[in-house]
Amino acid sequence: MAKGALLMSRALRFAPLGLLLVIIAALVWRLATPADTNVHSTMIGRAVPNFPPVAATMNTMDFGSSDLAKGRPHLVNFFASWCVPCIAEAKVLDVLKSRGVSIYGIAVRDRPGDLAEFLERSGDPYQLITADPQSDVQIAFGSSGVPETFIVDGSGIIRYQHIGPIEPDDVPAILSKFERAR
Amino acid sequence: MKLYALSLAFLAAAIADPQPLLADSNLPPAYWSNRQLPNPAQEAQAEALMEQLRCLVCQGQSIADSDAELAGDMRDLVRRRIAAGEKPSSIRAWLIQRYGTWISYAPTAEPAAWPLWLAPFALLLVGALLIRRRIRTKEG
Repeated sequence: MAKGALLMSRALRFAPLGLLLVIIAALVWRLATPADTNVHSTMIGRAVPNFPPVAATMNTMDFGSSDLAKGRPHLVNFFASWCVPCIAEAKVLDVLKSRGVSIYGIAVRDRPGDLAEFLERSGDPYQLITADPQSDVQIAFGSSGVPETFIVDGSGIIRYQHIGPIEPDDVPAILSKFERAR
Repeated sequence: MKLYALSLAFLAAAIADPQPLLADSNLPPAYWSNRQLPNPAQEAQAEALMEQLRCLVCQGQSIADSDAELAGDMRDLVRRRIAAGEKPSSIRAWLIQRYGTWISYAPTAEPAAWPLWLAPFALLLVGALLIRRRIRTKEG
């Protein structure tokens, strides 16, 4: 009993120190490689959820889910006039539009007047815009904020989700995903 | 005095700057987001479900606890659907289809959660072994 137990108790005495080192190592590792806090939609590969067309402003045309399954792919962009990163994203969306990407907008929790002002000030890359006053469409897509963008193929299947604003650096990737959805 | 002037300048900047620090919409909260359903049984069902749904914005809070607008809209969605006669389990399944099991605080039976289910038994076993050893050494 004596020798074995002595060795064991000596090892046990250092166990808390070992545990502390493990905890510190884990904390340092998490600090160095932060966790992905984005919530990814699990609707990729599924059909777009049903939603009706709702007028967003006096001068824009709206669309419903059935308009997304007419043979051509679309970029569906969730945005809002109250969303600061959306101002910068509008310019990048303009670039995508000039490359032949058809962009449909979903205006989340917006007022017609605010939205019209936003489109005038920041630019209007949208072919059609639908209003989503209670985030219903956003939740149905599995989206968790603005701006967020989905690529929907010609048969109305969601193919890709981009979380956060599309930066100029993201344009080539978005274009290639869009081509693949054709 | 300098500090006073500085804080005054900050205050002026805060008032003059129309850009909110945290982006929030200008729309009022959705109708059912902060309003109880008239039917107490339905409201109880809705509240039980809302406490088990995770807020997408303030991750770590339930939508029942969160002040985020999206959480309000989700409470509105839950209450609307409960009032329409939908079962809480089906609303939860609908949300899990969109956001994954991440959205629900109720543990599922998927393999990733197995350690969670097995942990109590494993701990009990370890405890029993420890007690047995204790008793034996005392006897010895």
